[in-house]
Parts: sequence; structure tokens; C-alpha cells
Amino acid sequence: MFDIVLFAVFPYVAVIIAVVVGLYRYFNDRFTYSSLSSQFLENRILFFGTVPWHYGVIIILSAHLFAFLVPVLWGDLIADQTRLYIMELTGLSLALMSIVGITILIARRFRNVRAKAVMSFMDWVLLFALLTQVILGFWTALVYRWGSDWYLHTAVPWLYSLLLLNPEIQHVTALPWEVKFHMLGGFLLVLLFPFTRLVHIVTYPLTYLWRPIQVVIWNRRVAK
Amino acid sequence: MDIRAQVSMVFHLDKCIGCHTCSVACKNIWTDRKGTEYMWWNNVETKPGTGYPTLWEDQEKYKGGWEKKGGELRLKLQGRLGALTNIFFNPYLPTVDDYYEPWTYDYENLFTAPEGDDQPTARAISMITGKHMEIEAGPNWDDDYGGSPVYASNDPNLEALTDDEREQMSEIERVVFFYLPRICNHCLNPGCVAACPAGAIYKRGEDGIVLLSQEKCRAWRMCISGCPYKKTYFNWSTGKSEKCILCYPRLESGQAPACFHSCVGRIRYLGVLLYDADQIKNAASVPNRDLVEAHRSIIQDPFDPQIIAAAKANGIPDGMIDAAQKSPVYKFVKEWRLALPLHPEFRTMPMLFYVPPMLPVLAKIKDGKYDNADVASKSLAPLLSSLERARLPLQYMASLFSAGNDEVVAASYRKLIAVRIYMRHKTVGDISEEEALEALRAGGTTAEEVEAIYQLTAKPTMEERFVVPPLAREVAIEQTIDPFTRKREGGFGFRHAPQRGG
Ligand code: HEM
Ligand code: SF4
Repeated sequence: MFDIVLFAVFPYVAVIIAVVVGLYRYFNDRFTYSSLSSQFLENRILFFGTVPWHYGVIIILSAHLFAFLVPVLWGDLIADQTRLYIMELTGLSLALMSIVGITILIARRFRNVRAKAVMSFMDWVLLFALLTQVILGFWTALVYRWGSDWYLHTAVPWLYSLLLLNPEIQHVTALPWEVKFHMLGGFLLVLLFPFTRLVHIVTYPLTYLWRPIQVVIWNRRVAK
Repeated sequence: MDIRAQVSMVFHLDKCIGCHTCSVACKNIWTDRKGTEYMWWNNVETKPGTGYPTLWEDQEKYKGGWEKKGGELRLKLQGRLGALTNIFFNPYLPTVDDYYEPWTYDYENLFTAPEGDDQPTARAISMITGKHMEIEAGPNWDDDYGGSPVYASNDPNLEALTDDEREQMSEIERVVFFYLPRICNHCLNPGCVAACPAGAIYKRGEDGIVLLSQEKCRAWRMCISGCPYKKTYFNWSTGKSEKCILCYPRLESGQAPACFHSCVGRIRYLGVLLYDADQIKNAASVPNRDLVEAHRSIIQDPFDPQIIAAAKANGIPDGMIDAAQKSPVYKFVKEWRLALPLHPEFRTMPMLFYVPPMLPVLAKIKDGKYDNADVASKSLAPLLSSLERARLPLQYMASLFSAGNDEVVAASYRKLIAVRIYMRHKTVGDISEEEALEALRAGGTTAEEVEAIYQLTAKPTMEERFVVPPLAREVAIEQTIDPFTRKREGGFGFRHAPQRGG
């Protein structure tokens, strides 16, 4: 019963809240959509935190997403032993990188008075949620080897079943608790998304690559 | 041809007394909120000096403005792809220490301190952290050469000078400085707009005012580096950049911006310029020597029937064209060629122009006495040669106002000197007519022009200084949406307090 709530209900709740509140916030209080950069207040330590954190976490997240979206391709990719080794090793190092990064970010927020001054309650919640999540992920990868493979046979079918509105929680309920916490942690972060600065992820300014370099806005006529 | 209108500005540096009234007027209206305490959208700095934020002119440090690479004009900061990879950390961002940490004082301690042997003090408290702090720098710390070994001697413009020239500037009897008031230049080729990954900064088509949308800004903080004048600022509390808005709400109701209106020295002029937007890219790409001329050449004659027709075809209203014809800025910049852009080599095509400050009286101490023998003009020579013997090396002014081309600055100065000599001939009468005419020739000007310059410099009315065009935004809005509908749907401005997000 508890498993049903956690693995069949909670994910829906998290996603629905994320979408509804995220959209509501975007259309009604867009002013608050911001990465809330604190680089202006503290520059040096930030570099050693934010760069490894973002590169680490973004690549890992993309790998999660890629394996979920095209499991067959992912399966082919790791079918060869050398490639599997390389994959696991890369994953582990990236995870380590993000752990180091977020630890530095947290330490910075504690120790630097200026960086601390702009912290809100939700900022703290987010930082610790993320730290827990990457540690759990790293631990899973370290202790329960070849996750890049068994992810395809546990989490992926579970996620697809959720997507098809026919939750099959048996794919994941028998997994060790660390792994289960990591999966739930993912949805917890989805839940946190609209209430924290995580909203900055969806505002990634890709359009900068092709927009006209100068922006002129006219009241009445269309810009040339 | 793509004729557009730009509300432009001239600051007459000769008249600035460095009183900072402008800065305070601006601060009281726009930047007295949390997160903006350190911002001075309008600031006045002493030159030579390092300015605000420290060393803002040093683009090796901050990578502001544009550069020419392989014939192409590109942002010095980074390319488009670079913006997306540097987005997690901007390597060239000035931090609060490059400005100063804002503070207040613990006044309460003066009342509540327990009785003791010494006077209680009000210690400084940081307005960011709320903790006690040691004050190490503040706004205008280097005003009037305060701390000049640290500040003035680090001025990036001094690089253009020889050792001799540099020494001569700090010689005690010859020491000289002037004031440089700065606001956003509302450029034609703005670096901030180009650098913003989110596309939050834009130029208003109708009047050229550069604004930063608070709704679209995502704190990627590239504009702060991208603007070579450091005139966008990061609000550390809301996590949004902010900048000078040229008091557009005041302009729209026919008033001059607060810094203009309050200026005690009446150094500020505001008016419309018509320019050809098709030429911006070319004009911004010419070699350094030609930048000022290229800048002038894209500004169009508002009396030329062809230009007027092109302007009308582009939807520029008659009121705007009328304002352009009365514009004092057009006179100073284009007709008289006196006012120059600040650091044109940044290639953003700033639309705030400066009349360079006149040279201080040419006296010096000789044998312990104040010796002005060569000034009291029996003959014209001393006044006419005042340019060559200026206490501020011409090369310094050229570094500021003409990308190193001293001929441009010299031409402006020769005309200013002609005005001085001719008006002295007319009003004091101790200079002969031939001498006055010789000065006019040297300045490449005429008696009528000199009179006009004198009139607009020394005795302009408020209406002559500020020719605010009818912006009539409410009319413009009417075209797209009924004002009452808009009022009901959108209210006036923010529907939520502009507070930091979670
Ligand atoms: C899509 C690409 C992303 C971009 C462009 C981006 C950009 C940024 C920027 C500019 C900051 C502010 C850094 C500063 O203080 O100057 C930031 C902070 C942060 N980002 Fe991202 N981010 C991205 C993805 C992510 C992801 C995927 C996560 C986590 C799952 C994340 C978590 C965070 C956190 C926790 C902070 C706050 C760090 C602190 O407390 O100092 N970001 N991000
Ligand atoms: S108010 Fe005018 S005179 Fe005073 S400092 Fe500002 S610009 Fe100069």
C-alpha cells in the first residue's frame, strides 16, 4: 500500500504540481523566474562550486534522460564491455564532480556572509535535497554495479508504465532502499521545481543562438 | 535608408561643478530600494581617475563593448556559443567590491550605549549582510583627487601619454582635473542588448531608449560585462539587472529626466537626433581614427526634405521631426561639431555626447609668485596657443573622446577657444578685431556661429536645453489596446511586489 502511494501516486502528484504551479508562476509572477545568481556578491569560491556542479549534473541528467527516451540505443551503446566500463567510469566521475561542486556551493553559503545573506528557506531545502540526491546516485552506482544496464530493466519500464497511466510498480519495489530513495528523490526534485530557483532550468536561453543580435521593440509596427 | 529617432544628450563638461546633485536626484527616484543601494545610474567621476566601478574603462579586465576580429564586429566578451557555455559562471563580471559595499550606521548605539568613559560611536553596518563592517571604499572615494596615488595614477587613459606628459599632470602647481558625469548612453549598437542571452534588453523603436525587461531577465548577468560603460547593474536582492531608463515616465509627460532637470551647472542638453539605422554596422566597424566622423555621418539633417520624407515613411510623427529640428544636441554634435562621444572605440555608438572641458587658466607659480604675465593678453598669442600648452595633454582627451585621434579633439577645442576670444573681444574689449577674426579663422568658425554657441552655452532657457519630443505613449497604446481595457487587465506596472523568487 505504502509502495503504491510512493511509486504510483507520488510521481503523478509531483509532476502535476510541477506543471501547474510552474505554469502558474510563469504566467502570473514571471518576475520571480531567475537563476538568482550570487556571483556579484561572491566570485571566487562560486567558480569552484558552480562549474563542476552544473557540468556534472547536466551531463548525468542528460544520460538519465537519453537512456529513458531511447533505451534501445542506450542498450546498444553499453553492449560492449569496454564501452560499459567507460560509461560507468564517466558516470562515477561526473557524480563525484557534482558532489564536490554542490558541497562547495553549500559550504560557500554557510561561510561567506554575503552569499548567506541572500539565502531563502527554499534555497536551503533545494541545496540539501540536491546533495542527498547526488550522494544517493553516486552510492547506487558504486555499490550496485552496472546501473547503466539494470536501469533499463527497472526504472525505465516503471517510468514508461507511469507515462502510459498504468503504473507497474513491481519493476522497482524490490530494489534496495538507497536505489528507491534515489528514484523518489528524483520526483521530490520535480515537486520542488516550481517552488525553488530550479525554474531556471527551463529558461535556458537557447534562442540566443539565432536571435538577431540587436533587439528593437516598436509599439505599433513589427521590427525590421 | 531606415531613418529612426533617438532621444540624445549632450553634457557640457566645462560647466560641470562636480556637485553630484544629478546623482542624488536619480538615486532618490530610482535606486533607493533594497539591492540597488550601491547603484548610481548617474554618477560623476573625477578625471583622471579610475571611476565607478573601479577601472571600468579597462576592457581587458571586463571585456565590454565590441572588437573587430577578422573584419567582423563581435562582442569582446564572447560569441553566441560562448554565452551558453559561460552561463554558469561569467569570468569577467565585476563584483560588489569593484563598486563598494553599501552601508549604513548603527545609530541606535548612540542612544542605547551604557554610560562609560568614552563617547559611543555609530559603527558601520553592511546593507547587504546587516553585520558590522570596515569601510574600505565608497561612492566617489576618489573625488577631487582623493587618494590619487591609488586612483588617479591607475586611470587607463594615462596609457596614451608619454612619461613626460604624465609627470607634468601631477606636478603640484599644474595639477588639473575635471568632472565626468555619466549615465547610460542609450547606444545605437548596445553591448548590453547584444550580450543578453535571454533577450531581455531592448531599444525602444520610437525613441531609442534602452530598457531592461524585469520580467524577462533571468540573472544570466552578461549585460554587466557586455556594457563597456558599466551602466547595467545587478540587483543582488531581486536577482535582476537594472539600468538607467532615461526617466522615460518623465519624458512621456514632457519633463526632462531628473538628472537633467536638477543639474545645477545646467550642463545638460536633451534633444532628438534622426539617424540612419542601416548604417549602424558600417559606422561601428571603421578604423579607430574614423570612428567619430562615422558616428557623426549617420546622424541626418532634420531639415533635409529627403530625410523628412524618409522619416515620415518610417512612421516618425511630425512632432518628433519638429523636435529634431529644434534639438540642441543636433547643434552641438553635428552642426558645430563640438560634442564628442565617450570612448567611441568601444563601438557601441553611444548617443550621449560631451563638449570637452575648456582648459584651465594659464597661470603658474614663478619664483614663489602667481605669475599670469602671459595670460593678460596684450597680444593674442597666449590665448591662441592655449591648446598647445594645455595642462591636460590633448592626447588624454583624445583617449577619452575620439579613440586616440587628437585632430578631432583639437578641432573641437579650437572652436571653443575661438568662442572665448571672440566673446572677450565683444564684451571686455581688450582684444582687437583683427585678433578676434584670426581666432575665428583658426577655429574654422564664423561670428554668427560663435554667437549661437555662446547663446546656447551660457544663456539658454530651459526650453532650449530640453527639447522633449511628444512621446505620447498613451496614444501609442491606444492603437493596439483600449487604455481602459489595459488598465483593467494590466493595472499600472507590477501586479506583484518585485520581490526575490524562491
Ligand atoms: C539548463 C542549464 C542550467 C543553467 C544555464 C544553469 C544556470 C545557473 C546559474 C547562472 C546559476 C547561478 C549561479 C550564480 O550564483 O551565479 C545557477 C545556480 C544553481 N543551479 Fe543551475 N543551471 C542549469 C541547470 C541546473 C540543473 C539541472 C540543476 C539541478 C538539478 C541546477 C541547480 C542549481 C542550483 C542548486 C543553483 C544554486 C547554487 C547556489 O546555491 O549557489 N542548475 N544555475
Ligand atoms: S548636477 Fe550638473 S553640475 Fe552638478 S555634478 Fe551633476 S552634471 Fe555636474
